[in-house]
Amino acid sequence: QMVHVNKAVRIPHEEAPAKKLRLSKPSKSAALHIDLCKATNSTDALQYLLQFARKPVETESVEGVVRILLEHYYKETDNSVRLKIASLLGLLSKTQGFSPDCIVDDAISALNNEKSHQVLAQLLDTLLVIGTQLPESPAVRQRLIEVACKHLSDMYFGVRNKCLQLLGCLGMVDSPLTKDSEGLGTSLGLSVRDVQSIISDYFGDQDPRVRTAALKAMLQLHERGMKIHEIIYEQACRLLTDDYEQVRSAAVQMVWVLSQLYPESIVPIPSSNEEIRLVDDVFGKISHMVSDGSWMVRVQAAKTLGSMLQVSPHFLEQTLDKKLMSDLRRKRTAHERAKDLFASGEFSSGRKWADDAPKEKLDSNTVNLIASGACGAFVHGLEDEMFEVRIAAVEALCKLARSSASFAEKCLDFLVDMFNDEIEEVRLESIHVLREISTHITLREDQLDTVLAVLEDSSRDIREALHELICYTNVSTKECIQLALLELLKNLNKYPTDRNSVWKCLKFLGSRHPTLVLPLVPELLSTHPYFDTPEPDMDDPAYIAVLVLVFNAAKSCPTMPALFSDHTFRHYAYLRDSLSHLVPPLRLPGSGLDVVDSRCGSGSVESAQLFLQQSLIRVSTIQNLEAPGAQDLLDFTIRDLRRLGELQTELAGAADFCATYLRCQLLLMKALQEKLWNMAVPLCLKQNVTATAAAQQILEETYKLEFLYSGLDSRQVATIHHVRLQAKALQLILTARTRQGLDPLISSCEKFLQDIESFQRLFLTELPHLQDSFVDKLLELMPRLSSCKPVELVKILQTTLRQSGLLQLRLPEQVIHRATATIIEPTGESDNPLRFTSGLVVALDIDATLEHVQDPQNTVKVQVLYPDGQSHVIHPKPADFRKPGPDRHRLITQVYLSHTAWTEPSQIEVRLLLAYSSSSTSLSSSSSSSKLGWSDSIDSLPPPEAAVEGTIPFSKSVKVFIMPKPARR
Amino acid sequence: MPEIKVTPLGAGQDVGRSCILVSIGGKNIMLDCGMHMGFNDDRRFPDFSYITQNGRLTEFLDCVIISHFHLDHCGALPFMSEMVGYDGPIYMTHPTKAICPILLEDFRKITVDKKGETNFFTSQMIKDCMKKVVPLNLHQTVQVDDELEIKAYYAGHVLGAAMVHIKVGSESVVYTGDYNMTPDRHLGAAWIDKCRPDMLISESTYATTIRDSKRCRERDFLKKVHESIERGGKVLIPVFALGRAQELCILLETFWERMNLKAPIYFSTGLTEKANHYYKLFITWTNQKIRKTFVQRNMFEFKHIKPFDRSYADNPGPMVVFATPGMLHAGQSLQIFKKWAGNEKNMVIMPGYCVQGTIGHKILNGQRKLEMEGRATLDVKLQVEYMSFSAHADAKGIMQLIRMAEPRNMLLVHGEAAKMEFLKGKIEQEFSIDCYMPANGETTTVTTNPSVPVDISLNLLKREMALGGPLPDPKKPRAMHGTLIMKENSLKLVSSEQALKELGLNEHQLRFTCRVQLQDPHSDNDTLHRIYTHLKSVLKGYTIQHLPDGTVMVESIVIKVSSSAEDANTKVLLLSWIYESVYRSLRVWQPPTLDIFLR
Repeated sequence: QMVHVNKAVRIPHEEAPAKKLRLSKPSKSAALHIDLCKATNSTDALQYLLQFARKPVETESVEGVVRILLEHYYKETDNSVRLKIASLLGLLSKTQGFSPDCIVDDAISALNNEKSHQVLAQLLDTLLVIGTQLPESPAVRQRLIEVACKHLSDMYFGVRNKCLQLLGCLGMVDSPLTKDSEGLGTSLGLSVRDVQSIISDYFGDQDPRVRTAALKAMLQLHERGMKIHEIIYEQACRLLTDDYEQVRSAAVQMVWVLSQLYPESIVPIPSSNEEIRLVDDVFGKISHMVSDGSWMVRVQAAKTLGSMLQVSPHFLEQTLDKKLMSDLRRKRTAHERAKDLFASGEFSSGRKWADDAPKEKLDSNTVNLIASGACGAFVHGLEDEMFEVRIAAVEALCKLARSSASFAEKCLDFLVDMFNDEIEEVRLESIHVLREISTHITLREDQLDTVLAVLEDSSRDIREALHELICYTNVSTKECIQLALLELLKNLNKYPTDRNSVWKCLKFLGSRHPTLVLPLVPELLSTHPYFDTPEPDMDDPAYIAVLVLVFNAAKSCPTMPALFSDHTFRHYAYLRDSLSHLVPPLRLPGSGLDVVDSRCGSGSVESAQLFLQQSLIRVSTIQNLEAPGAQDLLDFTIRDLRRLGELQTELAGAADFCATYLRCQLLLMKALQEKLWNMAVPLCLKQNVTATAAAQQILEETYKLEFLYSGLDSRQVATIHHVRLQAKALQLILTARTRQGLDPLISSCEKFLQDIESFQRLFLTELPHLQDSFVDKLLELMPRLSSCKPVELVKILQTTLRQSGLLQLRLPEQVIHRATATIIEPTGESDNPLRFTSGLVVALDIDATLEHVQDPQNTVKVQVLYPDGQSHVIHPKPADFRKPGPDRHRLITQVYLSHTAWTEPSQIEVRLLLAYSSSSTSLSSSSSSSKLGWSDSIDSLPPPEAAVEGTIPFSKSVKVFIMPKPARR
Repeated sequence: MPEIKVTPLGAGQDVGRSCILVSIGGKNIMLDCGMHMGFNDDRRFPDFSYITQNGRLTEFLDCVIISHFHLDHCGALPFMSEMVGYDGPIYMTHPTKAICPILLEDFRKITVDKKGETNFFTSQMIKDCMKKVVPLNLHQTVQVDDELEIKAYYAGHVLGAAMVHIKVGSESVVYTGDYNMTPDRHLGAAWIDKCRPDMLISESTYATTIRDSKRCRERDFLKKVHESIERGGKVLIPVFALGRAQELCILLETFWERMNLKAPIYFSTGLTEKANHYYKLFITWTNQKIRKTFVQRNMFEFKHIKPFDRSYADNPGPMVVFATPGMLHAGQSLQIFKKWAGNEKNMVIMPGYCVQGTIGHKILNGQRKLEMEGRATLDVKLQVEYMSFSAHADAKGIMQLIRMAEPRNMLLVHGEAAKMEFLKGKIEQEFSIDCYMPANGETTTVTTNPSVPVDISLNLLKREMALGGPLPDPKKPRAMHGTLIMKENSLKLVSSEQALKELGLNEHQLRFTCRVQLQDPHSDNDTLHRIYTHLKSVLKGYTIQHLPDGTVMVESIVIKVSSSAEDANTKVLLLSWIYESVYRSLRVWQPPTLDIFLR
């Protein structure tokens, strides 16, 4: 009926540049119809359908295709073909812009006449898709729910599954189900019941898959904001002991949901008169599941435990409890023994035979072997055979410990034990977790000892994680400090590459425990009250490490500098300069060494913030880009801001951002004040080099502004885009002045207009803030612009650009951070060239820290520049990035170099690049990445409009000597 | 009622000499065939004369199953099969089959060559015995004969240890052998599915112990070794050749790797090397970590652990040596111990239990002066440490296994009576199932309640389903009509028509008739018509027909009227219905209508 056979029509090319070309292809529906008619048997038809499904269908022809498919569906006798058609209907319904309500009736009538269970299930699936596509149509929903209820009694599990899924996804949140559809209600013998009670009937279905589907449907209801009734609690609990793992797994989720909904309601304990809170009951039950037979369930249970923060402390602490016994005698755990030994002053664990000898005899009646409730859940979880379970348990411990200080204290021993796990991931995770909860705890000496033992680990990740941990650790005695220092120095000795990390670690250790460091100072600096001691070697990393510890402690301990000897002060001055990030400013007394640092003298963050604001306000007084004195003001402000950024690290990002922005403005201003504008066009063919360069530079800077800084909101992004637009306008004007041909000008005008349009679309909400700006004026003139001739357009642009004021930059609420990268390895200090046979490859180890880089896996690249100008860009593997801390990444990778033979060793440059694509702006990404609903092909996707791909170098480049030798013959 | 009988010939309220006879569904199975370490006489082997006084065992046993390669579970196997005589199948897992003969040969050498015993099995006998072995894979169901099937589950404990599920018809028994519910450095934890056996036969070595976490022990062990090495001392670890030794090797090997340590580790050669070879091969039987990393590196290909040579003991500098035997009573470990005992920097770590009388036991109890042969005394200056690495399930582990398998009865073996008593009480209390702990030679009998499978014809099922509304409700039983046919050992439920057809019988219709006399002056036809109209008015919704041959049909019920011969006014009403109608419709309407009519 609705077969359109459109021929390819080309609209003849016209002068009007604004018109778009439109190609219409022969409709898909027609092709499909022809194909299906050609099909002689069902196998052929299936083949056609499969082929058809590989290509996307345009929105406008979906309806036609759907009709054809339905028509064929009614005629088809083969189940598999009908099934494919049904599935295609579902996929088509997802097409954007197509409203599937027109096929609801057809799909339901097809359903009513269908005999095959498989096809029925598929049709229900299609209905589910349709239903989810039409969230605003309660009538359709109601009908679909009725259909689902009707088929719930089907014999095939797949049909029941789909029905339950449908109920879960579409079931009405409030209204009772069969109120206004009495026909159905009575015929099925259902009284007024709501979706929940219908679904919960299937908790007892004979097929485990249906039971799972019922639980999932219930969870789906919960996700959609429907309040699950408490009555199903008992049923759900029963499913925890189901024979099938997927049922148990879903049941764990289900009871967890209930525990979150009704944490405080009271449930009885079976076979006793006691009652407990529901959340505690659930906690106990899920704890039990940590020793389930299936590891999937165990993982799920362990994970779930972590999110039950409302549980009573009493139950929580049971999870770490495991009463030991030996021959029916109570035995203390190694943890308890270690603690006692520590308390009694004797620090040695279990050196004696039988010091774990059983103590008092236990009454056999009181020994509870089946842990009722939460008993020892984590003890089991942490000892599990699958590392997935262990990791989940560690993570759960972390979450629970963060919310309960006393629990954090208790789980410490267990976490420390995990440092010894056989799988590195688990070790790493438990170190991270300990770091996260370390604000709650103070390590005992024996615990610290265990922790520090890991410093010898050969894995760099482990060591660094541990350093990070020590930065946050609290200890209680000076012995602990000494121990830590000793072990760290040992570490430094064994792995010299850990230098920076170890120093940093000692910095925090010192500043956290000034009073504990104080009594150690004479020993550490090996000073003597009467005798002068030899001056230590200033280049010794170990000595520097000690100094870092001492100086940081001295910062908040004014009496400490009195213990320093002369050379210590000199060393301080040296280190303060060379390692300023590790050595704090100190107020040192007397003898002209009173280096009250100018850096800390300039005041607090607040005053710096104020200064920043004032600078911005001052700049905003510039009315016009051509105002006299404006350039100077900008120049000075930029200088001030750059300096401010250096002084106040907290504001470095913001200051830098502002400075860069102002520089853009300055460049623009300068470009506009060139003499060339007053000259006649034919005369200035060559002179506008500076202006062109300025325009190009502004463009580059705007990309840096947009992609290098994090913490921007749409206001700033709009401002940046605005500058970019100005730069583009400048470019356009310059093009108009140089080139004579009209055609290129037309196309660039067109492009510029598109840019304005997309700006308007992207920043619709920001437009009110952009009053009197360049773009504001342009938008006013837009109707005229789009119709006028290019030459005229350029003229308008020129005047608008010159008249437009400086757009004031407003800083966002959150802190702006600049993405930075530092290459630690290679250091570029080595004079030994890296030799290799030319034509073969050599691996160069790269180790770099990245700060404030979002999604480094996709954006950070390594660039290698060869002396002959060749350059390679290498994409590191995602696994090469580690995340040692928030907003920090570490890139440890190898790049492979190769080159033809050289006669002399020469330097190559290595640097890191930040890749960006203008289409992936934080604001536009969501709209452009909408997926093509069905079929995985994207071959006919239009390319994202005018995406500019580029890279920004964001690290200092490091030079490496290499020497490719000719191969020996 | 069918019964399952279990008789331990060894390991009944005792550790060692595991050998359990099970009769199930008419099949006799021997579980394990071990020896006792504590005896050197006849008591060393199970008393096979219990099975038969003379002659071979083949006709009395359907199969023998060996759970793992420890001698207390397989030590008597060649004696039983070759000297007593058994030719049936012996089942064991692949690793057990590979390692078992090595241990048996070693055992034979010690007994025959060293102790000079005669009348012992020979190497050839071991070989012959191994030829009767059928290897098992994990989770593979093996059909021993038409009715008996066995299936192996992973048991941890040692490489290749298995639990077996034995099934005859719907009766089943699970035998655990030795098992471990917590994973260690080289093996995973035991696992079984919810097979709900009629009886679970479990070991109970640690029935009264709940153990501390493995991690503490491991950490302690590593710390002690590490500290000693850093001091420049030598560490001696006396071990038994197989099992724990491999675990400790892996532990030290990975620690050395992690901590970048350089001190040498040695392992005394011999038996162990052969066994290590098999550990390398049977990677699938090890734990997750070893299984996942063996592609890069097989964990049993030790980088840091090298074979030991006698002369190394005098080398200067730190080292770690694993040496056999484990209790320091003889051999290499004792020799090394004598050399190193005088230096307080050195250390000996005892990773397991030591029998009274051995040097191991003495030094563990703090004795610092030892009397050696030849009146010499040895000053023990080195540090002595004790570490318990044991791979049996503790009380909690046993309970966990019961929870996993959900047996209907429980039977404890391989443990001390007093300890079993405690666990028995606990099991009965927590799971409310019966728990038994027979002594050697004592028979435990449990009756089973097997379900009888019946085939049902699909048509009948479908017909019932169509009749009875929606899906069958598992909570409510439902009655259905059908005919049960017992034919050649199978039961079949079919519809009655099909049963008739199959049995070649004719269908007989059973009709009930009933005469009702009533006074009515009208003619027969009129009376009939009156009944017809009356029924028509009373029974709405039923098909009522007045047939021309002078009958009224209500559904399938026929009503006829005839006048009595004596009195024309007395009419005799004949009612006739077939058997099924009694249930279907008649009951619904008969009493009230007739009442009304007759009144």
